[in-house]
Amino acid sequence: MRARTRLLVFGAGASVLALALLAAAARLPRGGYPGPYGTALNRVAVQERHATDVVAAVTYDYRGFDTLGEETILFASVAGAVLLLRRTRSQWQGAHDLDSMPDRAASAPNEALRLAAVALVPVTITFGLYLTAHGQVSPGGGFQGGVILASAPLLVYVATRARDLARMAPWSAAELGEAAGLASFVGVGVAGLAATGSYLANVLPLGSPGDVLSAGTILALSGAVALAVGSGLVLMLVAFVEETIRRDGGGGR
Amino acid sequence: MSLGALPSLWAYAVAFWLFVCGLYGVVTSRNLVHLVGCLAVLQSSTYVLLAAVGHVPHGAAPVFLERVQGAVVDPVVQAMMLTDVVVEATVSALLLALDIQVDAHAHTLRPDRLSRLRG
Repeated sequence: MRARTRLLVFGAGASVLALALLAAAARLPRGGYPGPYGTALNRVAVQERHATDVVAAVTYDYRGFDTLGEETILFASVAGAVLLLRRTRSQWQGAHDLDSMPDRAASAPNEALRLAAVALVPVTITFGLYLTAHGQVSPGGGFQGGVILASAPLLVYVATRARDLARMAPWSAAELGEAAGLASFVGVGVAGLAATGSYLANVLPLGSPGDVLSAGTILALSGAVALAVGSGLVLMLVAFVEETIRRDGGGGR
Repeated sequence: MSLGALPSLWAYAVAFWLFVCGLYGVVTSRNLVHLVGCLAVLQSSTYVLLAAVGHVPHGAAPVFLERVQGAVVDPVVQAMMLTDVVVEATVSALLLALDIQVDAHAHTLRPDRLSRLRG
C-alpha cells in the first residue's frame, strides 16, 4: 500500500529527528542562558543607542540586518499570496459589484456592528501609532504597531461594506506602502553606509533615553517596518476578502 | 536556584508538547487548511522554546525605562521570537493562498486525493 510506504518513510525520518531532538534537549540551558550577548547588550544598549527597550534595540539596530532579511521574507510572502489570489481578479475598483453579492447584502446594514467599529477604529489606529512610535522606549515597535494598524481596515470591513474597505485602504496605496516601507528600510541602511561606512549605522540624533524622539535610526526603522507590515497585511486582507466573496457569492465553481 | 530553574523546565516541557502535537497533526492531517493550522501549532513551540532559553531565574524584562535591580532576561532571543512570529504569520497566509488555488484546480483539499497530476 502506498499509505503504508509513506508511514515507513515517515517512521525512519521521525526516529532520526527524535534522536536529534533528544541530543539537543540534553544541552538546553537550565536556569539562565549562559550566552554573553544578551548580558552585554543589556549593559550597553541604553548608553550606546539611547533606547530603553533593548528588544527593539536588538531588532532595529544590533540585529538590524537580520530584520531587513525578515522584511524581505514578509515582502516575498505578501507578493506570493497576492499573486496566487490574483488569478481572475480584475481590479479592486470592482468593489461595488462585490457589495451586490448575496451574502454581503444580507449582512451589511447592522447598526450595532457599525457603532462598535466607529468606536474601535480610532482607538485601534491611535494604539498602532503609539506602539510604533514608542518601540525604542517601552515594549512595542513597528511589527506590533503595523499589525494593529492593519486591523483597522479589517474592522471597517466587518462592520460595513467592501466598498468602504476599498475607500479606507485603496489597493494602490497599500501596494505603494508595502514597497515604500521596505525601500525606506533599505534607504536608512544606505544612509548609514554613506555617512559612516557601515550599513545601518546610526545617522540621526540620539536624543535623550526615554523620550519619544530618541534612539535615532531605531525610531525611523520602526516606522518603516510598521508601514511595510501594515500595508502588507492590508494587501493580503483585501486579496483574501475579494477571493472569498467572489467564490461564495459568485458561484465560481 | 533550583526553584528558580523550575519555570524554565516547565516551559521546555510545554514547547516539546506543542511540537509533538503539531507534528502529529501535520502527519495525520486529511485537510490542507487543517494542515496549515497544525503547522502554526508546531511552529508556536519555537516561541515557547526561545522564551525559555532566554529565561533567567527571577529576571526582569529588558526594559530600562526605570532603574532595574538584579537579573534581566536575554533580549536577543526575544527579538528572534518576534522574527519567528512574523515569519509564521506570513508563511501561513502564503500556504492558505496555495490552498485556495489547490481547491480551485483539484476541487479537493484532501492531500491523498492530489496524487494524480492533471495538465
